[in-house]
Amino acid sequence: MKYGFLQKFDVGVFIFFILVPLLYPLLYAFIYTNEVVREVPVAVVDLSGTACSRDYLRRLDATPDVRIATHCTDMAEARRLVQAREVLGVVCVPHGFASGIARGEQVAVSAYADMSGMLYFKSILAANTNVSLAMNAEIKVQRAGGGTKEQQEVVRHPLTYDEVALFNPHAGFAVFLIPAVLVLVLQQTLVLGAGMEAGTMREENLHRRMQPVQRRRGGLWRLVAHQAGRYLLVYVPMSVYVLAVVPHLFRLPQLADPWQLGLFVFPFLLACAFFAITVSGLVRHRETGIVLVVFSSAPLLFVSGISWPGSAMPPVWEALSYLFPSTFGIRGFVAMNNMGAPLHDVMHAWLMLWVQTVIYALCAMAVTAWSVARSRRQAIKERTEARRRRLALMQ
Amino acid sequence: MLSDKHTLRSAGQHGSPFARLLLREWQRVARQPLYWFAMVLAPLFCCLYFTTLMQQGLPESLPAGVVDEDGTSTSRNLVRNLDAFQMVSLERSYANVGEARRAMQRGEIYGFYLIPRGTASEAQRQRVPTLSFYTNYSYLVAGSLLYRDMRTMSELASGAAARSVLYARGATERQAMAYLQPVVIDMHPVGNPWLNYNVYLSNILIPGVLGLFVFMMTVYGLGTELKHRTAGAMMRRAGGSMGRALTAKLLVQGAVFVLTGTLIVLWLYGWLRFPCYGGLWRMACVMLLFIVACQGFGVLLFTLMPTLRLSLSGASLWGVISFSISGMSFPVMAMHPVLQGLAWLFPLRHYYMLYVNTALDGYPLLNAAPYLMALLAFTLLPALCLPRLRHIMLHTAYVP
Repeated sequence: MKYGFLQKFDVGVFIFFILVPLLYPLLYAFIYTNEVVREVPVAVVDLSGTACSRDYLRRLDATPDVRIATHCTDMAEARRLVQAREVLGVVCVPHGFASGIARGEQVAVSAYADMSGMLYFKSILAANTNVSLAMNAEIKVQRAGGGTKEQQEVVRHPLTYDEVALFNPHAGFAVFLIPAVLVLVLQQTLVLGAGMEAGTMREENLHRRMQPVQRRRGGLWRLVAHQAGRYLLVYVPMSVYVLAVVPHLFRLPQLADPWQLGLFVFPFLLACAFFAITVSGLVRHRETGIVLVVFSSAPLLFVSGISWPGSAMPPVWEALSYLFPSTFGIRGFVAMNNMGAPLHDVMHAWLMLWVQTVIYALCAMAVTAWSVARSRRQAIKERTEARRRRLALMQ
Repeated sequence: MLSDKHTLRSAGQHGSPFARLLLREWQRVARQPLYWFAMVLAPLFCCLYFTTLMQQGLPESLPAGVVDEDGTSTSRNLVRNLDAFQMVSLERSYANVGEARRAMQRGEIYGFYLIPRGTASEAQRQRVPTLSFYTNYSYLVAGSLLYRDMRTMSELASGAAARSVLYARGATERQAMAYLQPVVIDMHPVGNPWLNYNVYLSNILIPGVLGLFVFMMTVYGLGTELKHRTAGAMMRRAGGSMGRALTAKLLVQGAVFVLTGTLIVLWLYGWLRFPCYGGLWRMACVMLLFIVACQGFGVLLFTLMPTLRLSLSGASLWGVISFSISGMSFPVMAMHPVLQGLAWLFPLRHYYMLYVNTALDGYPLLNAAPYLMALLAFTLLPALCLPRLRHIMLHTAYVP
């Protein structure tokens, strides 16, 4: 192998380039595979104790979102259950529930939700809202009295609405999060693996082996291109697995045209490869790359705009996010794969990835030149040192 | 690289053996920028980063659009009605659904209303016109917030016509509302009444990052002793006692981490005033316990995988999975039963439960005794690892 500067098989690099991308997406998808929270346990306090309030609670129990775990006599009892975390919410039907409705007054059902997770709140709110809206419609018809079926329908809903959850019909967690994680896994493992390689080369001062190649015309570019090519050799098939096979296994949406998706992913991988070489210049030891890189996954996921809406992001962080290929990779991949956008609709992300590719390729060349020069200096220093010692011994 | 000779010279030969051991550890930590990056800089950066990223708390006026296929005065009136509620900015309008969908795919809007052709004539014929709204759930937070607002707006718009008739008949506002919505929901989000996402996420994400670094640096501190062949010297300095050597190591690293952790607690509950009903110092105690528990788990990881590279990979895997399996975003109760059991092996899970118990709900610590016990168990792990660790330190050579 002409450019084999680091010929040993390296288990550490193998872990990051092969094992993590192979297994990590599976684990992640497994965690979120249930997609939604169902049957959140709640306690109910029925202070009204009428047929009407029981009807409300029966309907509440029938929703898929919550499950009535206990009936309590008063709020104090319910509060004790909340403290013991046996229930995650309380629904209290007030004393004058039925009589209020009969008198034509507005009555309020109180619902309390544990805020440790937004999803509990969402379930309890959705269940109560749905039940109250259904009851409201019936009460209105009763009050209007008589009329044909059509007239009743108009009373019930003067204007109806359809709600369509696009691109993620049951508002599932996996469909929302996994695609972003998949893209991020590709970038992070590439950086980690490259960092470990570079760290090893720096520890053993191997960069100087590159020097003869670098001296030739276009040698520096040839070195960097060769390095990136090696990474692509692994990551092109790996990205097919991570971005196509894994979503298929877990039945996540795959609306993108495979060829167009490939066309989009290619500059992403290229940008990642050069980005990885650039970052690896910072790594002094085999293992330090791990400490430097791993933690960035969580901030990078948040800044991609997938969980925190981009419209609510401070401009500073938005600007910072432009440094990372994952930002555009995630945006484009989610738009194409989840929402079926054709390539020309994600043109901005695609072009930004090409811009990153060019910039990071230049940075990678600078970093490589610097590493080679430093390695050479160190080798010369070691050699003169050794010669001086030899001379000192002879004298 | 740190040579032990160097350390010895500067540590001097005075002071009790344990103090000299502490000094040695301190010098190892202080001299390497990596330690400062991982123990102070990066966790504090993440603390600032997450809390400022989500400083809006609850994202407001998310961009949405309208597709008015009807194009009549009725439909325009409807759009005005919808826009008047101000929860969602309906500034963009599109000619057809395809265009709106493409805008959604480009990420310009998170949802849109569709007023289909014939809405006005249906209303005039005393039929029930149907309005549709589309929300993009590929962005779960934006999608569900928008869904809630759009649904409320549709409900209100639906009542608007009937309300004006009632007002015309001389009903008071109270009577009109009682007629339109006989039953309303009075929702109380306990502990976080603003539905603040910053409170909901930053409270766990930041300790999660800190825990990840505690795992990694505990492992790193032990692994580099083997890598730089200083383990023997460390053991000699500790008089052959692994317990003493490990205590010194964990004490020095732990002190710095606890300092960072305290700063985080002060920032979250003192400066940003995130809800902390159990009191600041109690949260600081939970943080301390969490850090020591993470150290304990780090020692176990290294004992199981005494290769720096492998144990660091293990530490990062464990630390990153903590975020998901702690149940802060997706509840543990909705996970596979196997994962529900596995969640007990992650210190962040217990920290999360203790945080909910102490800061968010304000119950005494003992109310969450199982999680407290679990964290305490993690802190005792190093004691079990000592004999094996001693063997590793004395007899293992670094394999790259």
